[in-house]
Amino acid sequence: MRYIPHTEEDIHQMLDAIGVDAVDDLFSGIPADVRLQRPMNLAPALAEGDLLREFKQLSRQNATGDSHLSFLGGGAYNHFIPAVVDQLISRSEFYTAYTPYQPEISQGTLQAIFEYQTLVCQLTGMDVANASMYDGASACAEAVLMTARATRRKKVLISAALHPEYRETVETYCRYLDFELVTIPFAADGRTDLSAMEKALGKDVAAMVTGYPNFFGVVEDLAAQAIQVHGCGARLVAAVAEPIALGLLKSPGELGADIVAGEGQSFGIPVAFGGPYLGFFAARQQDLRSMPGRLVGETVDLEGRRGFVLTLSTREQHIRREKATSNICSNEGLCALMATVYLSLMGKAGIREVAEQNLSKTDYARRAIAALDGYTIPFAGPVFNEFVVESAEPAPAVLARLEQQNILGGIPLGRYFEGMANRFLVCVTEQNSKAEIDALVAALAGGGQ
Amino acid sequence: MEFPEDLKFTEEHEWVLVEHGMATVGITDFAQDALGDVVFVELPEVGTVLETGKSFGVVESVKAVSDVYAPVSGEVIEINEELPDTPELVNTSPYEDGWMLKIKLADNAELDDLMDADAYQAFVEEEG
Amino acid sequence: MTTLGTSGLILNEKLMFEHSDPGRKGYSLPALDVPEVAMPAELVRAEVTGFPELSEVDVVRHFTRLSTWNYGVDSGFYPLGSCTMKYNPKINESVARLPGLAGIHPATPEHLSQGALKLMYELQTSLAEISGFPAITLQPAAGAHGELAGMLMVRAWHEAQGNPRSKVLIPDTAHGTNPASATLCGYQVVPVTSDGVLSAQTVAAHMDDEVAALMVTNPNTLGLFESEIRAICDIVHAKGGLVYCDGANLNALMGIARPGDMGIDVMHFNLHKTFATPHGGGGPGSGPVGVTEALVPFLPVPVVTSSASGYRLQYDRPQSIGRMRSFFGNFGVMVRAYAYIRTMGAAGLKHASEMAVLNANYVRAKLEGTFHLPYQNRSLHEVVFSDRDLDGDCHTLDLAKRLIDYGYHPPTIYFPLVVKGAIMIEPTETESQETLDEFCEAMLAIAGEARDNPELLHAAPVRTRIRRLDETAAARKPRLKWEG
Repeated sequence: MRYIPHTEEDIHQMLDAIGVDAVDDLFSGIPADVRLQRPMNLAPALAEGDLLREFKQLSRQNATGDSHLSFLGGGAYNHFIPAVVDQLISRSEFYTAYTPYQPEISQGTLQAIFEYQTLVCQLTGMDVANASMYDGASACAEAVLMTARATRRKKVLISAALHPEYRETVETYCRYLDFELVTIPFAADGRTDLSAMEKALGKDVAAMVTGYPNFFGVVEDLAAQAIQVHGCGARLVAAVAEPIALGLLKSPGELGADIVAGEGQSFGIPVAFGGPYLGFFAARQQDLRSMPGRLVGETVDLEGRRGFVLTLSTREQHIRREKATSNICSNEGLCALMATVYLSLMGKAGIREVAEQNLSKTDYARRAIAALDGYTIPFAGPVFNEFVVESAEPAPAVLARLEQQNILGGIPLGRYFEGMANRFLVCVTEQNSKAEIDALVAALAGGGQ
Repeated sequence: MEFPEDLKFTEEHEWVLVEHGMATVGITDFAQDALGDVVFVELPEVGTVLETGKSFGVVESVKAVSDVYAPVSGEVIEINEELPDTPELVNTSPYEDGWMLKIKLADNAELDDLMDADAYQAFVEEEG
Repeated sequence: MTTLGTSGLILNEKLMFEHSDPGRKGYSLPALDVPEVAMPAELVRAEVTGFPELSEVDVVRHFTRLSTWNYGVDSGFYPLGSCTMKYNPKINESVARLPGLAGIHPATPEHLSQGALKLMYELQTSLAEISGFPAITLQPAAGAHGELAGMLMVRAWHEAQGNPRSKVLIPDTAHGTNPASATLCGYQVVPVTSDGVLSAQTVAAHMDDEVAALMVTNPNTLGLFESEIRAICDIVHAKGGLVYCDGANLNALMGIARPGDMGIDVMHFNLHKTFATPHGGGGPGSGPVGVTEALVPFLPVPVVTSSASGYRLQYDRPQSIGRMRSFFGNFGVMVRAYAYIRTMGAAGLKHASEMAVLNANYVRAKLEGTFHLPYQNRSLHEVVFSDRDLDGDCHTLDLAKRLIDYGYHPPTIYFPLVVKGAIMIEPTETESQETLDEFCEAMLAIAGEARDNPELLHAAPVRTRIRRLDETAAARKPRLKWEG
């Protein structure tokens, strides 16, 4: 076995040093009645070349943006990833290290996280950001728990236009903690119904949770929500599933959000069938001590040189145990590094330009589809890079027809929302050329065979 | 290690100074030493009514958290506004500049349950 | 002795923001091929204030320099107890980057994602065989996330029986995540004192009708097998409770014993520990959970199933605890773990566990005359010493920092909490006798320095780019971002 260096001779010498006769003697502490008395039944071991062949076989059975024209979004986005990202995160000093428990030999990880925290604050307009969480949905659930700690209230309003999987994750986290979750419907334009929200608000409400942009791609009026939410002492949580939008849209912080929890996959992380992704989490200074997750802070060493350490750890499970702000004990370190590299390449101009390209291409596709017979655009609210299409027949049938032409045309919404059997969600990014969009439109129109 | 004679003490290592029906509360020299460098102190708001033996705040070092318990019951009438910005006062001056809050005593009889300096010193030596 | 640690030319590097120069670009985008449109002005921000402006070269040098300030498994010996820092095979990195595995969108229709679903199904089947549990969910993103999923299932099962119960028993050797996870399920935590190994008698004394579950780690955080586990499970079950096992230390047991055969009801795996996926500087991990038949209805949705018409994602499960996160879990980590299992095979995995245990016992044999060993029971995959016998007013932290000068990543320190000044060493199976000999020599040399020249320990590390950092200042006046 090439990963295990022991020769027979090594094993004998080591057993001698320990003072036992056989390797099996080392397991004498395990009672016989719980020992496995047979070999495990697993597929035979594969040599490296055979393994690669088998995995290529699995790989070929999946459709991707290379094999198909893809207009899939809905919380995972097909953006261009510069070659530099994978090259740099493949430095094994980064990816084979663990949590920076020993700061003197972990400054690479620590400084990169400090930079990541800074970038997240700049993008979201918030005061403090943590070192990352599992994904957007779990970060959103952690945000809900945090608002309950900060306000000592347990009623949470959730926009019906929030990503449904974020909503489901919040429900799971709150399942046994005596929360009351109230759904706020969306209005005809696809935005959260402000008057319904106003009616539901009260002095017992901990938070309002809103997607920005929301699941339908529509840009919510966060500022108006913030005024109402703050009026009763509650917190506004903005959940950002597509953070490229923040290159263009006003930051949630500027609009009055108290917590921004989101998904960083768009920043240089492969779609990879749903993970690993990157939950980002940012808040106001006043709520710092209620925050979940790791934090990296700046300090100095014995000789006054700048360095970075994990800090404010007393919030965390390894010290505060059952009273911790969360049970999380890791972050998505390497994914945070991918995002940091990506954002440093894009920079101030690039993040704006890529956002503008998404906007323009989406607008082009939306207008073209709206002009087709048999299709309408049900929500008139402003969108970023996704929009809902309604067809005259069930969405799965339309999408299946597109598949015949190697087009993944969108996500059917019938599974998530009652009464949306004929609707689907289309996403257009900088990766989709005008020719691809034209092919989608032609296929929807029934041509392009 | 200091054990000032004019103070009363609890087994949770808080001290109390009683003057004119008002109790000033902090943590002892022993407690700050055991905790190490204090980096954060969380105190209740003025007006909070405390109950004897219940936690009213926390003191944190880099790697430990310690609850602080009310030695007597009563309403908080003043907190040490310096502590949030200079928590190190708890280390450098536990019995003076590092005081935490002032309580309007609800029941003077509760003071009888506290230790005097000699008893507390003996308690600490036994525990340590 | 030639020490591994030395000083070389290490380059300083500023924060990326301090390199920024207006007008520099590190990206390329195709020319816009559709009409340009604008958002309504009231929705649009000015620039992202503070964002850097760097060239590609700036970025590459920046992160390359940062990387050299890190220590990884590929740099050297990393005996971080409880974390199983084994070698991360390179072929696993290659297969995880195959276009059909890295590039498949999670909303791809099932019939166009059969390769991905098959991989998940086969990984579930393999983990079931390794652990002895009939069903597995791959959804949790990390060990602590798996713990939460597992304890939510425990609670859901009790609710379905008509009484959620109120308490969870947790031994003093447990990871801090255990009490935090139990609390998130609305349970009150009852700490249980063990004497290195948990006794059935102790558990019996704490068991009553209000105890929903006992959470154990087996082997425990002292590296010892919970030898009374079978009797303990019987006692808990007899009172209507369930047993949760933290599977962090499964690397000692593959092919030797299976938690599912011990009477345990729920266990999480750490694919990033036992199954060789990289730790990534703190993540991503993956924390699948195995359960008994009784808990199957409560698994998170969706569940990957196999049928005559192919692999499917099943959502319609009314008793499910729901979803732990978006999509299906950390698929990229699953790919690596499955590649590891297919490379090792059944005999290879068992050999890995045997050599992991051999290595820990070898380190123990070499060091136990010099370092205090608080628990004498036979060690499995890791060994816990204390700093009691260290001279010169030197403590565990000083030893750890001095080990850095010698060229090693220190062990886990000050954990488990039941050992004062704990030094927790987990060598893993991928280290050679030669590496262990050199490490033990360094440990013994440091014990000698503590006696003869303790200042070397107190001042350590001295060979690193920066020296000990002021953590007190960092916590008193937190600076959590760059502000120019």
